[in-house]
Order: sequence, then C-alpha cells, then structure tokens
Amino acid sequence: MEMKGRRMISLNDFTTNEIEEIVDVALEISEDITGYGRVLEGCIMGALFYEASTRTRLSFESAMLRLGGKVVGFADASTTSSKKGESLADTIRVMDDYCDIIVLRHPKEGSAKLAAQFSTVPIINAGDGGHKHPTQTLTDLVTLKKEFARISNLKIALCGDLKFGRTVHSMLETLSRWKGNSFVLISPEKLRIPDWLRSNLTEMDVDFMEITDLRRGIENADVLYMTRIQKERFFSEKEYLKLKNAYILNTKRLKNSPSGMIVMHPLPRVNEIDYDVDNDDRSRYFQQAANGVPARMALLSLLLGRWYK
Amino acid sequence: MKVKAIDRGIVIDHITAGKGLEIFRKLKLKNVHFPVVLLMNVASTRYGKKDVIKVENRIDLDMEMLALIDHQLIVNIIENNVVAEKRKPALPRHIKGLFNCENPRCISNEDSYISSSFVRIDTEKKTYQCVYCEENVSLMDKQF
Repeated sequence: MEMKGRRMISLNDFTTNEIEEIVDVALEISEDITGYGRVLEGCIMGALFYEASTRTRLSFESAMLRLGGKVVGFADASTTSSKKGESLADTIRVMDDYCDIIVLRHPKEGSAKLAAQFSTVPIINAGDGGHKHPTQTLTDLVTLKKEFARISNLKIALCGDLKFGRTVHSMLETLSRWKGNSFVLISPEKLRIPDWLRSNLTEMDVDFMEITDLRRGIENADVLYMTRIQKERFFSEKEYLKLKNAYILNTKRLKNSPSGMIVMHPLPRVNEIDYDVDNDDRSRYFQQAANGVPARMALLSLLLGRWYK
Repeated sequence: MKVKAIDRGIVIDHITAGKGLEIFRKLKLKNVHFPVVLLMNVASTRYGKKDVIKVENRIDLDMEMLALIDHQLIVNIIENNVVAEKRKPALPRHIKGLFNCENPRCISNEDSYISSSFVRIDTEKKTYQCVYCEENVSLMDKQF
C-alpha cells in the first residue's frame, strides 16, 4: 500500500513490510545524508511541540531541512494561542492549511489520534504523553539493523520506567512482529508495563518475562535498552524520588555482560547510565540519536510521496 | 414464592443476583401503571441465585444497555402465555460518551468537545479499550 498521505499515530498503522521499507530507505539515506536536498523542495512541515524535546524536534527539523523543505511551528506552547485556551483540535484545523505535514508532540495520551480526526494532511505522532513514540522506534530499528543486519531473532532487555516509557511501548509492540525476538522487561514493580500493553503482548503470543533484577536480565542479551525514570510522569515528587535510582548502569555492572551486547537509550539520560559507560565499546546511544535524522527523512519523504527508487 | 404467569409482556430472567434493582431503575419501572414485579435472590439451578423482572406489558428495551449492566440475563417475550421469543443481549462493539476514560492522562478527559470512545476487546470479562490512550476498562462493576 502506498504510504503517501498516510498518518503515523502508531507503528500498528503500518505493515511489517512497510516498516522495513522505511528502515531500508533510512539506511540508504544515511549512506549519503547530504545528497537528498531537493526531495521535499516546496513542502512545509508544521512542528507542534507542546512538550519539551531536544532530539525529536531538532532531528525532525534537521530531516526536513536536509530534504530541502521548510519548517514552521513552536517549541513552547506557552507562546501560542493554547495559552489563551485554544483547543488542540482548533490549532490542528488551522495548521492543516499552513503546512503539508504535521509533527505533533503533546503531553496527553491519545492526542495524536485525536489530532488526526481534525486534519487532512498527514499527522506524525512525535510522542503522546506516556503512550507511544513511533518515530523513536523507527530510529531504534535503524540502529538495530545497522548493528545486527537484522531486526529479528534478537534478545532484548528493556530496563527502567516501562510504565510511562512511551519509547518502550512502541518498541515492544513493533519488534514483537518480527520472528524470534524475545524480551526481558526489567523494572521496579510500580513501573511495570501497563495492562493494555501486557494484554496486547499476551494476545500476540510474544516471548517476554518481567523481572526486577538487572544483572539477571542482561545475561545472553543482544541489546540492553535503558530508559530514564521520568519525573514529569509522576503526580507526586515523593513517588519519583523513591524510584529514580532504581537502576544505574556502570562499567562494573557491564563487566560480566555479553561482549557482543549493545547498550541503547532513547536519551535524555539523567543518572541511569554512568558517563564511564560512554567509553565502553558496547554503548550506542549517541549513534542511535544520530540515526534519528535519516529515519525521519525516510518517513517524511515517504508520507509526502516524494521518495522514488 | 409464587408469582402469577403473565399473558403478554416481558420476563427478564437470569439477572445476576443484586443487579435486578439497577435494571428496574434503568427501565423506569417504578412509575408505570401496568403490573411489574422484581424478584430478588430467587433460587437458580444455573447460578445458585438470580433476580427476575416481570412486566405485564410490551416495553422498548435497550438491549445494549442491558448487556452493559448484566450480559448474563435473558429477555423472554411472552405472547398468549407462552415464550414467543428469547433474546440474549450483546455487548456493543463501540461505546461513545457513556463514561469517561479512567486514565487521567488521556486526551479524552482534556476538553468537553472530545467524546470518550471505547472498543470492546473481551466479551467474557466485559473489557473495553479507550481508542485514544488504549487503557483497558472493565465494566464488570461499573454502574450505569
């Protein structure tokens, strides 16, 4: 099915083949990232960021500019009419006429789905609260394919905030669709994956286990995917403080882990990965962040129908 | 306890014990002018005990609403002293605007212009999923 004009609220909106196609286009682009400067000439991307972001927003902007397109939008909703009480629906209706594609980050879960109901141009979910973050998953898939030349038959340990960690939700649901992938979910009891995700994984007959011990979790893992305990998702500071140091990865802990394992993290990190680990051969989180640009270049050009083989 | 059989009307049978009063109220049977009976905790071979409502008249029933309250019940349509039809209520596939999503972070709780919307994912457990945030909600103990 052609991707032109489609929205990306969740990767569930796309078939496995379509996701592989986006990943392969991203890998092709990353070979010559400055060589696609006319692909989106004349197109405008609306970047509506109601919530703080560094990598997602700037990699989307970089992706659009590298493709020859232009960007309008905001990085701080307090400078827009939402401060005066304008609804998300009204903002989307207006932006719909101002641009060819909309990238939305919003703190409320399900906001991208709602936005798509009021838009005629493609909407890309750039993170909706603690729910989903499909373009981070695309970035992660590009990283995995670069590292392992496959996105199947991998043993992936995910650690940290699995309840509110939207990157984890998108990644788990998506990677489950490839054959042979298995997951070890390491988190404090209070930050285990949400029920809706557990029931989806169970229904899909996914091989996963939920534990609290990081050391045990990374035995034989191909990938350790660390996440931050997100202060902004807690209603009480006290609850956050209780959990914030639950897992800290340092060189000592990495010592006995598999040599072929890679360490990923969607960033930003706070203290869950020691700076010492940056020099370890297994760390990949900065390369992972860099892959966000070609991944988003691939997505923008495909959804705008401008990618031709 | 004996209650006279009805000639023409409706018998709502096999109501989960304790749910009869809620259904009686929902159908606004308190103020009608024809005979109605609510039986509670009647012996049931299938469930141990059950509630039963008898209505000596034909009334419109919202079968989806009945299913939401209690999807185990059976509606018997009585004509000329015999059961002319048995109806089993089915849970609706979609529910819009009837109750709010329980997830305080869900966009559907943000503004009045957004109507809550749920899709059925498990009939046995009466579980629905919010179409926006995908949180599951069980309607087992929900009052309507």
